[in-house]
Amino acid sequence: MIKGWKDLPIGAVILEPGSSEKYHTGEWRAWRPVFEESKCVNCMICWVFCPDSCILVKEEKMVGIDYDHCKGCGICAHECPTGALEMKPEYLFREED
Amino acid sequence: MRPEVIKEVTYVPYSGNMAAAEAMRQINPDVVAAYPITPQTELMQFFADFVANGLVDTEYIPVESEHSAMSACVGAAAAGARAMTATAGPGLAYMWEVLGIASGMRLPVVMTVVNRALSAPINIHGDQSDMMGARDQGWIMLFSENAEEQYDNLIQAIKIAEDERTRLPVMVGMDGFVVSHAIDRVRLLPDRAVEEFVGENKPMYSLLDVDNPVTHGAVAMTDSYMEFKRQQREAMLHAYKVIREVGEAFADVFGKKYEHIETYKTDDADYILIIIGSTAGTAKAVIDKVREKGVKVGLIKIRTFRPFPYYDVMDAIAASNCKAIGVFDRAETFGGAAGPLFGEVATAMFLRNKHYPMIDFIYGLGGRDTNVNHIEEAIDKVMKLAAGEEIPLVNYLNLRE
Repeated sequence: MIKGWKDLPIGAVILEPGSSEKYHTGEWRAWRPVFEESKCVNCMICWVFCPDSCILVKEEKMVGIDYDHCKGCGICAHECPTGALEMKPEYLFREED
Repeated sequence: MRPEVIKEVTYVPYSGNMAAAEAMRQINPDVVAAYPITPQTELMQFFADFVANGLVDTEYIPVESEHSAMSACVGAAAAGARAMTATAGPGLAYMWEVLGIASGMRLPVVMTVVNRALSAPINIHGDQSDMMGARDQGWIMLFSENAEEQYDNLIQAIKIAEDERTRLPVMVGMDGFVVSHAIDRVRLLPDRAVEEFVGENKPMYSLLDVDNPVTHGAVAMTDSYMEFKRQQREAMLHAYKVIREVGEAFADVFGKKYEHIETYKTDDADYILIIIGSTAGTAKAVIDKVREKGVKVGLIKIRTFRPFPYYDVMDAIAASNCKAIGVFDRAETFGGAAGPLFGEVATAMFLRNKHYPMIDFIYGLGGRDTNVNHIEEAIDKVMKLAAGEEIPLVNYLNLRE
């Protein structure tokens, strides 16, 4: 819950470092990149191009997408050389979330 | 340790610009960023001298525009510095965007505005359309009648801005040329006494405080923007109290009292004039003159324009025998009923559920002379209004028909 005007710090300063992680920009998404592991060669081009650092990597392998912060820009899918990422309309998924 | 220049109370022949620069020297701000613009140029030249001669510890930033001057002040104030600047007319208009950033980020920047007309046609002379145009940008606004008041107001402005209850920027206006360049008798206060009065700047959230990192200037969307604006209204309500307290503290230390308004012979007045700035001084002389003929006129001079002292004005009017009021506006509101000050006084009446006959005088635009005869003319019209004659709502002083 966002605080009322009496409780917010004055001047709209943010007192907590790294708080942007709590802001789920994934809410804005209209299109979602869907990852198909079998097609992925772990070239990491998507990781390089993602403007929001939403490509999740574990032990040098692409393992998925941070849907909390992915705004659905589609750059990853556009750049993926093997078609392992595909943009699908968000409404197909929202209810399952 | 910077040198002590003025050791005791001294009376000097100073212009408004010299007095404002002297106040800035004594305040010794951490950062001053400014762009020269007539009639402010001279002020910053005096201050640049102080910097060059080592009389202040200020980091002086000569920027390439007023937009940058205010931006530099915003950055400096966010870092926790005491930041000051000065501007005039179109320079203030060019700052417009950043004025709202300074107040929205609640940064206690203090600025002299040497009131000047706005283009077009280009005009370098005095009127108050600049500050009236910027009045809704969340700044506290004080106006000075003369050079000494500009000096005193600037010293008080630092304390008002930095008070924890306000944390709002303050602009202090003086009429271009009439105050800024005319030589006046000014009482200067001792350096150390001013230093002690303004005290140390204690920033609430400093960017340079690396142990407590904060983000300044973040985005606030529909979910919280309105809450921050509501905070600003509250800060202005507090400012009303803080300005009064600082005025009282100033009186305690330096013996001259400043209030939201100054009343002059209003107690028994039948007719009241309401004026902002240097013309209030001229009006006092006229009031003395017409009172010799038995005409009871009084004056309310507005020192605080934002937050507007509605109740102070109405208290002063209610305590007199007021039959009619003449409001003097040194700015236009095209398409409005009358000038900006007229609107405020009308609101004050509404808040008290009172009605007094009232007319507006637009005067002094672009430095147009307003002398004793013009004010006498105005008083004459106010008397006629009180007698029930029909007078136009808006009247121009010294206008060629």
